[in-house]
Amino acid sequence: MTETTRFIPDRLQSPLQQRLKSWETLLLLVAIAIFVTNSFASPYFLNAWNLSDATFNFTEKAMIAFAMALLIISGEIDLSVASIIALASTAMGAALQLGAGTPVLIIVGLGTGLLCGAFNGILVTRLGLPSIVVTIGTMSLFRGLSYIVLGDQAFRGYPADFAFFGQGYVFWVITFELVLFAVLAVIYGVVLHKTNFGRAVYAIGNNPTGALFSGIRVARVKFILFLLTGLMSGVAAICLTSRLGSTRPSIATGWELEVVTMVVLGGVNILGGSGSIPGVVIAAFVMGMVTFGLGLLNVPGIVMSIVIGALLIGVIALPRLWKMWRG
Amino acid sequence: MLQRLITSREALLLGAIAVLLALIATRFPGFIVPSNLADVFNDTSPLILLAIGQMIVILTKCIDLSVAANLALTGMVVAMLNLAFPGLPVALIVVVAVTLGAVMGMFNGILVWKLDIPPIVVTLGTMTIFRGIIFLISDGKWVNSHEMSAAFKAFPRAEFLGLPMLSWTAILAVIVFTVVMSRTTLGRAAYAVGGNPHAATYTGIDVGRTQFWAFTISGALAGLTGYLWVSRYAVAYVDIAGGFELDVVAACVIGGISIAGGIGSVGGALLGALFLGVIKNALPVINISPFWQLAISGAAIIIAVAVNARASQTKGRIILKSAEHAT
Amino acid sequence: MLQMTQTESRPDVTPVLALDGITKTFPGVKALDGVSLRLYPGQVTALIGENGAGKSTVVKTLTGIYQPDGGDILVDGKATRFPTAQDAAVAGITAIHQETVLFDELSVAENIFLGHAPRTRFGLIDWAAMARRSTEILRGIGAEIDPTHKLRDLGIANKHLVAIARALSIDARVVIMDEPTAALSHKEIQELYELVEKLKAQGKAILFISHKFDEIFRIADRYTVFRDGQFIGDGKIADVSEADLVKMMVGRDVSQIFPSRSSNPGAEVLRVEGMNHPTEFADIGFSLNRGEILGFYGLVGAGRSEFMQALFGITKASSGRVTIDGTPAEIRSPADAVDAGIVYVPEDRGKQGAITPLPIFQNVTLPSLGRTSHKGFLRLAEEFQLAREYTERLDLRAASLDTAVGTLSGGNQQKVVIAKWLATQPKVIILDEPTKGIDIGSKAAVHEFMAELAAEGLAVIMVSSEIPEVLGMSDRVIVMREGRMVAELAGDNLTPETLVRHAAGI
Repeated sequence: MTETTRFIPDRLQSPLQQRLKSWETLLLLVAIAIFVTNSFASPYFLNAWNLSDATFNFTEKAMIAFAMALLIISGEIDLSVASIIALASTAMGAALQLGAGTPVLIIVGLGTGLLCGAFNGILVTRLGLPSIVVTIGTMSLFRGLSYIVLGDQAFRGYPADFAFFGQGYVFWVITFELVLFAVLAVIYGVVLHKTNFGRAVYAIGNNPTGALFSGIRVARVKFILFLLTGLMSGVAAICLTSRLGSTRPSIATGWELEVVTMVVLGGVNILGGSGSIPGVVIAAFVMGMVTFGLGLLNVPGIVMSIVIGALLIGVIALPRLWKMWRG
Repeated sequence: MLQRLITSREALLLGAIAVLLALIATRFPGFIVPSNLADVFNDTSPLILLAIGQMIVILTKCIDLSVAANLALTGMVVAMLNLAFPGLPVALIVVVAVTLGAVMGMFNGILVWKLDIPPIVVTLGTMTIFRGIIFLISDGKWVNSHEMSAAFKAFPRAEFLGLPMLSWTAILAVIVFTVVMSRTTLGRAAYAVGGNPHAATYTGIDVGRTQFWAFTISGALAGLTGYLWVSRYAVAYVDIAGGFELDVVAACVIGGISIAGGIGSVGGALLGALFLGVIKNALPVINISPFWQLAISGAAIIIAVAVNARASQTKGRIILKSAEHAT
Repeated sequence: MLQMTQTESRPDVTPVLALDGITKTFPGVKALDGVSLRLYPGQVTALIGENGAGKSTVVKTLTGIYQPDGGDILVDGKATRFPTAQDAAVAGITAIHQETVLFDELSVAENIFLGHAPRTRFGLIDWAAMARRSTEILRGIGAEIDPTHKLRDLGIANKHLVAIARALSIDARVVIMDEPTAALSHKEIQELYELVEKLKAQGKAILFISHKFDEIFRIADRYTVFRDGQFIGDGKIADVSEADLVKMMVGRDVSQIFPSRSSNPGAEVLRVEGMNHPTEFADIGFSLNRGEILGFYGLVGAGRSEFMQALFGITKASSGRVTIDGTPAEIRSPADAVDAGIVYVPEDRGKQGAITPLPIFQNVTLPSLGRTSHKGFLRLAEEFQLAREYTERLDLRAASLDTAVGTLSGGNQQKVVIAKWLATQPKVIILDEPTKGIDIGSKAAVHEFMAELAAEGLAVIMVSSEIPEVLGMSDRVIVMREGRMVAELAGDNLTPETLVRHAAGI
């Protein structure tokens, strides 16, 4: 009664074909367009040292964006990352006052990030609270703790070798931060796209119930993701503190929204389930170039935000408008 | 019925505020004097107005992060209007403020309704766009007290039956919106949309349109508050109410409004705002450095979310007859 | 293949509501292909068809949720349209839908009157009148429910009564009932029948959708049969037999044949003792041997799926012991259950069974990534191989293994879910309503397959609400009612009558 089993091919399109039709390709074209426009708009743009300086606009935020991308793909969000930077930096500054050397400072910075991430993670995975409000709460709590410690003062006097992270160059114009950014991009890219863990992240983001029913330890995966955003905030804190050479409770204000913008611009669906690391990398470059290019034209920061805000909405609205036009 | 009233979320919050006041009174009895409490209420009125608008938005499963920017932009516009045309009656100024705020809210609403862009993305974008526009129209300059007409500044302070108009505006908003939310089609539609959007369509409710009106109301209230803010503090510049959107969301969360939508009340928004207002006003007088404020409100948000989540936990489907009506 | 397209001579009355040549297409599927339907005042018309025949699409078209792509909707003979759900309500059409379209956080009264609440003079909602009228309507259908209670405080049967009350709160001329008795007890079903008679006497037209033939023959005056989105025939119930209707539904002679099995149970593989849950079930205990198929029968809402999900680690039982092959198993999550060798194929394929946006091969390999991967790194070649092995075994029909599961038919989606679990090489497989919503060809395939699994030594638990399936496939049957085990039936005791009696509590 049953017919002979029909052969089902593995795939209909090669992976390369799939990639070419994607968001990342569109974004890459936008990035190239911006690069070209900037080159014409200002003679200072195509200068190696200037470009190298420009990378600081995005490297620290992008490091967090990688972890944030995974978290958002899984269906959660962490708005406390900038506050974790502040708290980690404050912790490092406090350790500095107690006479700690650079290795200890690194441990303190990373450790604070991990602890903050664990705090978020427990509230979301153990108590089942929605991550958006939890992290709005911890956003105030973590930065608030920094204010309690520092008030309107600052920690200064970081050791000379600590300055390398944020101010050092590895080779010619290539900064340490840029190298770190590249290394992290590769690591997160491999984790998300080539490991079981990454597969679990996508499954959870597409259907958390289905993933749970398929035996995935959803709570554990999400907890790890919060640890990662905390850890990356710690890494960013080390870089930023090292670059500025000081700690204030107000550092990195507003960065959480820029990180989320970078992630969404990179093609990650804010509702979860899809997105890629290459997209986030391109988005980081796009935002960095826009900021740098407009800065060369002496556009004030707050007007730059209009461009970024419009870019965010535009990039998401355009495909939908296109679909509506086609009817 | 009475038992349900006593154990309701709002009653518990009222109790918490009472306990808070009692604690403060032990350190500074002058705090709970009626005239001081009236001052606290007056100081909290802008937060109350915005929290009511945000509550409606959150009920419909959305979020509006652009309210503070909306407030600031409208405030600047009416301030500049007053600067250019000092003879304009205050009533007209108020109309302009409310209309402008509503239009900005409609912009958010249309993007959510017709283009189906997630509200967090839309309002993240408009937040920066609105702020940037303030800079563009004012060129970064402030409008100072001496540049504002006397009538413009006098309105929020004008007293009626012992309370300033600013307080009365908040009280009026509470009354009006309590009626709107409990006794109009739009109000009930907001609860239905947030509670079960799929089922809402079966009852003839248009989910997107309800969300559109929610954003419009939130924008209108933000616009109104924009005028009240700049006239009360007698200054308008780019950064006013910076970060205030988070206080607004915090007030809603503390007030028992569920971020998942469908649950919440005007009373809750009012009490949540008052809770934060009491803390903010009490800290200086009981000699706790204002630097503690941020951490305390952060902790309050987390505790409120945890408590509210516990309270509305579904215990699983009720199948055993013995378990029905045990609630 | 027998084709019976009969349109009998119309009675002299104009139908209150009629569909004429209605088509409705969704991307990839033609849900309705030129269907007709006629509803007469004071008469009950049964709409009959398999799942996927187009019945729920018709209901949604009649209530203004869907807009037809072609054809006419006629009210009292005049062509009209219902652009919104409100328009259908205004035209006097009300429906009790199969899925709960109610609001947990709103009160019973508001659920009944949402969208058409009584108003005061000033146009504001009149809560007092709403509560009063709600009590009236609820009493009228024999329900003693406090209208001020929140809906989520009610049990499933009472929620369904609220849905019925909602349908009756509109002054309707047409009442649509979609599988209304699925969750009701025997007493409540009788009351529903009385309600239908009352509505008929009031001159209302009733569209009654059910797959239970005894019900259809009991209360329906007329019938209309759909198959694969097409109108097959209609007429008076008095003029047809059950066999005729089945032939029209299915398009061929069908006697449900179940695979023959030799009952040769092996050693005990699963033992459950004293499992309890605060609200969902109590005192569940049984044992299961290799090669056995254990059926779980009961009404919708009896607690069977809830128990299975606790056994599988989704929810937490408050007490109980589970033993696999003699060793006690600590099951606190589905991952634990899979490790212990218990797997669960859920009733809700789309949300719980598969991750529909993801490709077939990823769905199949998800619980087995430990085996296909190398030190945590994915190996696609191994994944495709595993997916191929098990999807071929189940005779899956799909364009490619990389196609999203969401594009497959119900039957094929089910095959993906089963393939996924077989790939983990389990000891016990729990199937929750495995053939619900699947066309009859795939049904037979699933049954064959279940028999094969049992023959190979797997232990199978089958939760089913379809009596022929339960009788045809099970070695033993446990009947649940209101969260408890009320009977264990086998051999001569296992008859349709005993099943219904225990499940309904008569």
